[in-house]
Amino acid sequence: MAEEVPDETVRSLEATAREIRRDIVRMTHAAGSGHPGGSLSVTDLVTALVFQELRIDPARPDWPERDRLVLSKGHAAPALYAALALRGFLPREELMTLRQLGSRLQGHVDRNKLPFIEASTGCLGQGIGMAVGMALGARLSGSPSRTYTIIGDGECQAGPTWEALMAGGHYRLGNLVVILDRNGYETDGSTESIMGIEPIAEKFRAFRYHTLEIDGHDYRAILGAFAEAQRTSDQPTAIVARTVKGKGVSFMEGTHVYHGKPPSAAELERALAELGASGSAR
Amino acid sequence: MSTPPKSESLRDAYGKALVELGERDPKLVVLDADLSGSTRTMLFGQKFPDRFYNVGVMEPTMMSMAAGLALTGRTAYASTFAVFAAGQAYNFVRQSICYNHANVKIVATHGGLLVGGDGGTHQMVEDIGLMRGLPGMTVIVPADAPTTRAATFAVHERDGPAYVRLTRENLPVVTDGAFRIGKAAELRAGSDLTIVAVGALVARALAVAEELAQVGVSTRVLDFASVKPFDEPALLRAARDTGAILVLEEHSVLTGVGALVASTTSENYPVPVRRVGVPDVFGESGEPWALLDRYGMSLERIRDEAWELLRARGKVQ
Repeated sequence: MAEEVPDETVRSLEATAREIRRDIVRMTHAAGSGHPGGSLSVTDLVTALVFQELRIDPARPDWPERDRLVLSKGHAAPALYAALALRGFLPREELMTLRQLGSRLQGHVDRNKLPFIEASTGCLGQGIGMAVGMALGARLSGSPSRTYTIIGDGECQAGPTWEALMAGGHYRLGNLVVILDRNGYETDGSTESIMGIEPIAEKFRAFRYHTLEIDGHDYRAILGAFAEAQRTSDQPTAIVARTVKGKGVSFMEGTHVYHGKPPSAAELERALAELGASGSAR
Repeated sequence: MSTPPKSESLRDAYGKALVELGERDPKLVVLDADLSGSTRTMLFGQKFPDRFYNVGVMEPTMMSMAAGLALTGRTAYASTFAVFAAGQAYNFVRQSICYNHANVKIVATHGGLLVGGDGGTHQMVEDIGLMRGLPGMTVIVPADAPTTRAATFAVHERDGPAYVRLTRENLPVVTDGAFRIGKAAELRAGSDLTIVAVGALVARALAVAEELAQVGVSTRVLDFASVKPFDEPALLRAARDTGAILVLEEHSVLTGVGALVASTTSENYPVPVRRVGVPDVFGESGEPWALLDRYGMSLERIRDEAWELLRARGKVQ
């Protein structure tokens, strides 16, 4: 997977991800609720998809042959909203309306409110099933459209996640990429202390997935895995992306505490300082 | 009635209609969960194997997959037994299909007690209430094969989610199949009493209405196959014209069509309403039609309730 990714590309993606992370902590603070931990862990995966991998066009969100991203862990909505704003799908100032009455930015992504949201998700174990249906639909139509879905590790405890995985493997959906944001934590604590999902890569392999394990914060590894998935046509690809919950904000890292809790005003200042925002207008 | 109407299979009518739709609409896809012989989607699968997905015993994911297929521009029909479609998969119908406004038509067979021998675990008597409560969902309960055929086509014409509830048993043909979404069918004119019925009990409504006619009671019979959207004008007209409404459904009286009729009349034109259906209990194994009698939907019970309403309206002593 040693893909030739120019340093410039990596630097650009990293800079974009820092912007997204700053927006995530700002948005969840402004909303007074939300899920910063799992949004920060998935940020690099979302950035790589939205800014590099996906064939999408802000001018044509309904382009039939576009690639599709289903955020099955719909609670990571802030990461996707921030990425879409930077990519030109919505005005950046709208991000601060997250979770407010009348906002298009629902607590969990809603396809009927915003362009590019391919499927409304939130209740876990469903987005991945919709992604399987989309991949089937694309194949049936002979469309080059590829379907990517990001699932959470707590979501791997849900039975229907495995139903959908079984279906993707059974139908040999080479146009489907399942990405696991393996940050290790769910609402109440670590996944392994609550209901262990390991050995997770072996489970994906047993379900007939071409399975890759990567550092989910390393752009060369992420883009390399996507490229390998592109070359895999006779079975779906599963990418186990090892990530850090709360990545980029020291006091949010490696804990479940900020799974569903936004930063306070003081915490926001600290977080923005760590994420490289300058000045009091952070 | 001199000769009882002939009985036909609703499931056969569905399977055949699906094949016709498949010929007409190349974008149609069909999903089933290991019951394609029972639901008759197998007929479609044999004709159009490339557009048929038998996903095995994974009803929740069948619903999310159907939604995903629909979101790529297809019309998806998904079939299994009612207890799995509305029960096992409820939250997947709710979020993946209804919340997404996905163009998925759920055609559930084996609704109600007429499942018979499989017993209470499989006799779904809460599905109309569950599905009717979902925003954007169309709910149809055909009384016979012609209406099943018409409903299979009608939900195809209407964009958005739909739930069609079929019965396992063959049912007497009581309509001419002129079904329209949102319209009640007046199967019998009458002025003393109205019977609103759905599904298997429409035939019993007609039988009791005929008996009542023998003693001079004029009974209007409305087939309420379109449960959502429902024909509020026809219902309120019946309330005004006849002053009393008896509701028959092979479903829990807590959350079904009886509850719909009672609340609608109560808010708009209060008249006495009585509900005949499954009380707040699960079913059990047994001969299908004997189960209807055992659980409060016998002809005698329907007759008694009709007389109760007529007495309440002062139309008899």
